[in-house]
Amino acid sequence: MTAPTAHRSSVGTAHTRVEGRDKVTGAARYAGEIPFAELAHGWLVLSTIACGRIRSVHTAAVLAMPGVLTVLHHENAPRVDSGHVGVLGVPPDPTAVLFQHDRVPHLGWPVALVVAETSEQAREAAEALVVDYEKEPHDIAFPGERPDAHPVDGHVPAVTEKGDLEAELAASAAVVDVEYTTPEEHHNPMEPHAATARWDGGRLDVFDSNQGSTWVADGLVKLFSLDPASVRVRSEHVGGGFGSKGVRAHQVAAVMAATALQRPVRVVMTRRQMFSLAGYRSPTTQRVRLGADADGRLRALEHDCLNLTSTVYDFVEPGAAVARALYDADAHRTANHVVRLDVPTPTWMRAPGEAPGSFALEAALDELAEKAGIDPIELRVRNEPERGPVSGLPFSDHHLPACFREGARRFGWAERDPRPGLRREGRWLLGTGTAAASFPAGAAPSTAAVTAEADGTFTVRIAASDIGTGARTALTLIAADALRTEPERVRVRIGDSDFGPAFLAGGSMGTRTWGWAVMAAAGELRERLVAEAAVPPEGITVRSDTTQAVAALAQKERHAFGAQFAEVAVDVTTGEVRVRRMLGIFAAGRIVNPLTARGQLVGGMTWGISMALHEEAVRDQVTGGHYGADLAGYHVATHADVPHIEADWLDEATDADDPVGIKGIGEIGIVGAAAAIANAVWHATGVRHRQLPIRPDRVLTAGPHA
Amino acid sequence: MAPARSSTHSAITLNINGEKYTLTADHRTTLLDALRERLDLTGTKKGCDQGQCGACTVLLDGRRAVSCLQLAVAAEGREITTIEGMAEGDRLHPVQQAFLDLDGYQCGYCTPGQICSAVAVIEEHAAGWPSAVTDDVHPEAGPPPLTAEEIRERMSGNLCRCGAYVSIVEAVARAAAAETARTTEEAA
Repeated sequence: MTAPTAHRSSVGTAHTRVEGRDKVTGAARYAGEIPFAELAHGWLVLSTIACGRIRSVHTAAVLAMPGVLTVLHHENAPRVDSGHVGVLGVPPDPTAVLFQHDRVPHLGWPVALVVAETSEQAREAAEALVVDYEKEPHDIAFPGERPDAHPVDGHVPAVTEKGDLEAELAASAAVVDVEYTTPEEHHNPMEPHAATARWDGGRLDVFDSNQGSTWVADGLVKLFSLDPASVRVRSEHVGGGFGSKGVRAHQVAAVMAATALQRPVRVVMTRRQMFSLAGYRSPTTQRVRLGADADGRLRALEHDCLNLTSTVYDFVEPGAAVARALYDADAHRTANHVVRLDVPTPTWMRAPGEAPGSFALEAALDELAEKAGIDPIELRVRNEPERGPVSGLPFSDHHLPACFREGARRFGWAERDPRPGLRREGRWLLGTGTAAASFPAGAAPSTAAVTAEADGTFTVRIAASDIGTGARTALTLIAADALRTEPERVRVRIGDSDFGPAFLAGGSMGTRTWGWAVMAAAGELRERLVAEAAVPPEGITVRSDTTQAVAALAQKERHAFGAQFAEVAVDVTTGEVRVRRMLGIFAAGRIVNPLTARGQLVGGMTWGISMALHEEAVRDQVTGGHYGADLAGYHVATHADVPHIEADWLDEATDADDPVGIKGIGEIGIVGAAAAIANAVWHATGVRHRQLPIRPDRVLTAGPHA
Repeated sequence: MAPARSSTHSAITLNINGEKYTLTADHRTTLLDALRERLDLTGTKKGCDQGQCGACTVLLDGRRAVSCLQLAVAAEGREITTIEGMAEGDRLHPVQQAFLDLDGYQCGYCTPGQICSAVAVIEEHAAGWPSAVTDDVHPEAGPPPLTAEEIRERMSGNLCRCGAYVSIVEAVARAAAAETARTTEEAA
């Protein structure tokens, strides 16, 4: 008998992606790339009005076109159940509940699906389809005075408040009262939403690009009133999501057409269609009022965030919620409101609430630091809360000051002259800025199955989704450690609703949630293997369900934290802003795979650059639609916009009563990043930019520079 | 059998990755759709279908082109190289290997276009082509250094929404350095 060798931990060691070879050779097949015999192609037709009714859909001429198989619209499409609540506790996006009535609540509302033998035929027929409308006036004006704004609870409560705000403001030595705005932003994953649906042996089989096969399967079951066992959704490779890839018009259209035609149908959104079908981040108008003592301690904190939503569903972007974890004050009030307009329904987008909210709050903190004459980092450290400012719960861990200390050391913060507008290099004014970041570390119930195969390898099955996060690889490492084996002996299969219910890739909860379920099943399997003499040919499978374990987790404030730093160069004669370097130091629990984790954090920070300087979807008041709804009109950061970005993390000892110790890292990278850049622009120029993006024209017209 | 040529379709032969593919193409069919929908070469990705994202980048006669803006019938007679043609058997192209090793991607959807673009960038640079950020051009002095700034400028037609630019630039630099070392060795 050989002596047991010490098991080397896989978690914490850099591993290239297990599907990496498939991705760099083009062998990885995404949803719209799986071949089917007799495949038909569907093309969505979207409304050209922003408000009104469909009078008639002239299908006859289109049905006579070559290759056209059918045209589905509100008069002939199957009825579906739109009244249900999905796995996230919300009803389906009305824009995805296709062809149920003649009302048009926004421009780009789906009014028909043309299905043809080839995509060229479907597209030409869709473009030829004449739809008559009864047009009504639309209202898309945001922001501005909106007396009809109302508070809405989303994934967090609409309003929290304590203390006497006015009294504390009056007693404060330094007060900041400022308004910030952020624009409408779109996810724009590189892979457009695509789904192929077919009926196969009495089961609905859907190949889809989504963030959760359980999520989408559940949505289709409920919409079409099907037996849950009769629906299978697969999504092996997903080309990005960022919140936009849930139940959407493409799957629903594909299922309707596959049912009507009894053959496989693929529906792919065009890039332009994604601007009205795929959800987006609402623009925000935020007011922040801060009051502090002479030593910088906050007496008053008020954060009010106004968003827009559609006329058919109240979705809230809770920008004001970020202060509920970051800072306490004697008087503390946070409120999220929405106003209903004739636009598509917004949705979750990378760090929903935190991304725009942290821009306003962290820029306001910087303004307060300037007014109070306190270093911005010192101001934040002095206001580190001992308990949850709103909940009163203890923090599982709170390493924000440590992140700032490490970041300040590596960024060279100590040498910084706080005065703005002093540093010039040729045509550039230079400045540096910082901001705090936080994001909740949540977990949700999931199931997983781990099989010990007879050949000594292991197979993990979980309906997880790898949208680019590296989840497949992370789960491989987690399973290997739990099984005390090498990652090479573990095969992780994901993206299949037949594997049993699992939470989706969202809320920075994926790896923590799925890892928990995999650890539970793998741990039990390992015990079984010790007891069993040999693995039978069919293998030994252990299933886990973390529902009870997740519910039993002690109530605490659980968050990842981070400190963002940016250096910018501003050319005040052209208005150009260039980010020269960024550094983010994070405390995010146990880091599973340093290689992919760095990519997640740097990717989030890159989104921060994009948000600060580039992204902005603008609506035309006359039509109610976008100007330039494409990747030329809507600029996302590209290579030349992004400097070297460094992201690192503290070794964060895990909370004793947390059995997983993993926190999410998919979203915290964007939190505070835009504020750090805006604060650096102020430091460079002496001008505060409170509207994003900081466009060249805004720099040019912002008034005198230092 | 469909006629070799009609008002809407033509029989064409495409030379892709050194192999000949014969098909009857709808005249509206882009090279991108011909690759993906007709020839099962789905490694080339459709990100926007209007020449704005670079995901569909292939090499046409060795030069970068967005295949969504190229009609299939017009690609006859061209030498087309797609991501499927980059590796030599099991041996990855140095650019592919660098992307894999340095995690120059996340979701992987822009990756084939980034890799095709990077392969051409390295060749364009080695051939002495300047870019918008090249300070000065001295043809006799050889190519300017392939700095990170040069790589970023030359790769800017390829969007990566996951934000993997930092590691993509590192991967391109590593592959370019390996290529320079190889050619220097060969010359010596």
